[in-house]
Amino acid sequence: MSLLEVKDLAVSFVTRMGTNKAVDGISFAVDTGKITAIIGESGSGKSVACYSMLGLVPMPPGRIDGGTALFEGQDLLQMSESQLREIRGRDIAMIFQDPMTCLNPFMTIGKQLVEPLFYHKKVSKEQAKKRALELLEEVGIRDPETTFDNYPHQFSGGMRQRVMIAMALINEPKLLIADEPTTALDVTIQAQILKLIAELQTKRDIGVIFISHDLAVVADIADQIVVMQQGKIVEGGDSDHIFHHAEHPYTRKLLAAIPADSKTPMEGEPETLIEVRNLCTWFDQGKNKEPVKAVNDVSFDIKRGEVLGLVGESGSGKSTIGRSILRLVPVTSGSVNFDGTDVTTLQGGDLKNFRRRMQMIFQDPFASLNPRMTVFDTLAEPLLLHGIETRKSVASGVLKLMDDVGLARNFVRKYPHEFSGGQRQRIAIGRALATRPEFIVADEPVSALDVTIQAQILDLMQHLGKEYGLTMLFVSHDLAVVRHLADRILVLYKGKIVEQGSGDDLFERPQQDYTRQLLSSIPGRALLE
Amino acid sequence: MTTDIIEDITEAEQGSSLWHDAWLRLRKNRLALAGGMLLVAFTIIALLTPWIAPYAYDAQNLDLGASPPSAQHWLGTDIFGRDLLTQIMFGGRVSLAVGFVATSVALLIGVTWGAIAGYVGGKVDAVMMRLVDIMYALPFMIFIVLLMVVFGRNILLLFLAIGAVEWLTMARIMRSQVQQLRQQEFVEAAISLGLPPSTIIRRHLIPNALGPIIVYTTLTIPSVMLLEAFLSFLGLGIQPPQTSWGLLISYGAETMEEFPWLLIFPGLALTVTLFSLNFLGDGLRDALDVRRSKD
Repeated sequence: MSLLEVKDLAVSFVTRMGTNKAVDGISFAVDTGKITAIIGESGSGKSVACYSMLGLVPMPPGRIDGGTALFEGQDLLQMSESQLREIRGRDIAMIFQDPMTCLNPFMTIGKQLVEPLFYHKKVSKEQAKKRALELLEEVGIRDPETTFDNYPHQFSGGMRQRVMIAMALINEPKLLIADEPTTALDVTIQAQILKLIAELQTKRDIGVIFISHDLAVVADIADQIVVMQQGKIVEGGDSDHIFHHAEHPYTRKLLAAIPADSKTPMEGEPETLIEVRNLCTWFDQGKNKEPVKAVNDVSFDIKRGEVLGLVGESGSGKSTIGRSILRLVPVTSGSVNFDGTDVTTLQGGDLKNFRRRMQMIFQDPFASLNPRMTVFDTLAEPLLLHGIETRKSVASGVLKLMDDVGLARNFVRKYPHEFSGGQRQRIAIGRALATRPEFIVADEPVSALDVTIQAQILDLMQHLGKEYGLTMLFVSHDLAVVRHLADRILVLYKGKIVEQGSGDDLFERPQQDYTRQLLSSIPGRALLE
Repeated sequence: MTTDIIEDITEAEQGSSLWHDAWLRLRKNRLALAGGMLLVAFTIIALLTPWIAPYAYDAQNLDLGASPPSAQHWLGTDIFGRDLLTQIMFGGRVSLAVGFVATSVALLIGVTWGAIAGYVGGKVDAVMMRLVDIMYALPFMIFIVLLMVVFGRNILLLFLAIGAVEWLTMARIMRSQVQQLRQQEFVEAAISLGLPPSTIIRRHLIPNALGPIIVYTTLTIPSVMLLEAFLSFLGLGIQPPQTSWGLLISYGAETMEEFPWLLIFPGLALTVTLFSLNFLGDGLRDALDVRRSKD
């Protein structure tokens, strides 16, 4: 018998707009000692399926339409709230996506750790603390004695996720549900956390449900994989089957969306468009404090028509470089020559003219569009500002842009909240292209999107890059994506360039330890080779 | 099809679609519309009062004294035998003017001040907000008395004085809103497009901060009306035989046991105005929040 057996589970949300079947009759099983991955894009119902079993979906608007979820032979769906509360945290524990918001900022790590222990078991204070310290050590927290009395803000994202894992394991659950536990983390940290989860699972011989939108992430650790689309399971099977003998077109699409190849380098020696020399961007921390050296003495060139990849972890200064070139953050020292002019000293009208030539595509299309402006207003603003179109001709200019980025024309009067993430990113790309720029900084433009959408947006950017003759600085933490798109890649670590070269050079003959570490952290690396 | 879209756009898009769409949405909200129309009606009556009022505002009839509603005096008379309907109509002129003018002054200064402080930040912000703090710390009464002493008693001054005090909170609300919005990437996008700060504030920041501002405005108008009554009561504002709703209510409250209509009718006038304001305010807030409805 499996640890958890789900049969024909159906959950829907009833709203004024109608009934939405979030989970539509799915069946799967989780065995003790196995990791089962549930893969699907946002809105596919993967999280709702797991949350509804634990009574964590608010009802209404949620409604369980039918099915069973047998956990050790007992149907979770028939249990009362108090019975479920007994099971949650004791037999079934959860790890959530965002370790930044899941810990109470006003409680020490230690207090939060022992809380579930007191709730579910009768233990003395000393026993609880001893247990917590053991666990902290086990999840790889250095010096647990001091850590015990620290507050969450004193930890990095990766460390917090370790604490969350310790908290989930403290009552020795039989089933662990991890909901996108590494999505909010850097690629090197992600690799560590994945390894930790796999180790702990083997050691304790428990069942794990690993929810993710990214097939590559689970490639190395999952035993069973279930692929969901629009509330239904389209394909399920062991890991080998999914990766090598996938049958369903959707699964194949997901697999195809994992970028694997590297771009062929440019031919000839084009002229240099941008020359960055000794660029420093420091952020003051107030008096008597060392400034944060986000970008520290960085020099590089970007050739006309080139796509330059910039990779590094968060905090490496990669976004700040892009923003410094565009004059969105004040530069501390150094120069940025754009087509022969130093942009770091430009003011007023000159600066405005240069802004037209350099644009940015932002990471989060939910934040980068003004929620109170229609597509029309958003796209018309730059066209009118720079006199590219007149009031009379602006409508056709806007529609032309919408055609270019692949947005249906009848969306023109809609507001950003009415679009999906991919469509919003298309609007943002349209806005950046509106000024007919020569140079674009793309700051993680696809990392907030689902994988299949990622592939579409990357295709669009490649296509438009050629059509508009763009030079691009492509900033990303995702090496596979950068390799796919960039002519050359710079590796950044703590505000400095540690290595640069073509995609093939970097991937096959990395010179620096840090680059090697980055490469070994790419999820699903085994798949690429 | 395509040409339709183009025509549709060029027709409607002279300004920003936000206000156009907001008006379309507001039109569907019956409660808000009724509130708005009532306010317009009150304003028209207030403007025409000198010509349509049944009696002169200072016409007394001491023989009559305080009399309950009758055919001659629809809402009754006060202790001096003055017609209450006339009093409420003239009072409305003062109260509505104070409410709207003072609040507009507060809105204009407060929103601009707060938006600039929040957007520019740094030292400018520090200086601007310390100024606000100093004004806050100044006792309100002393401030008003000082103004009265220097400029003499003047109803316009009263508006300005009240407005000059009420904008402080507005500025604080606006500043914190703008500080939050400023972190958002769409503001960075606007900067990188080359938009000047004034346009960014006007087109990108203020429309997104309107929700709390509108709510606070609908709260400010009634509190300004009551403030006027308080000042008049102290002898700093309107003096009899001129009157305002606030004054009528405070006199009515003194005699409510013998002559309840003297409190009920002015109270009703103020209450209806406040209800209308709240309905209109809520309607406006919803209409400007594009995420609320899908039509």
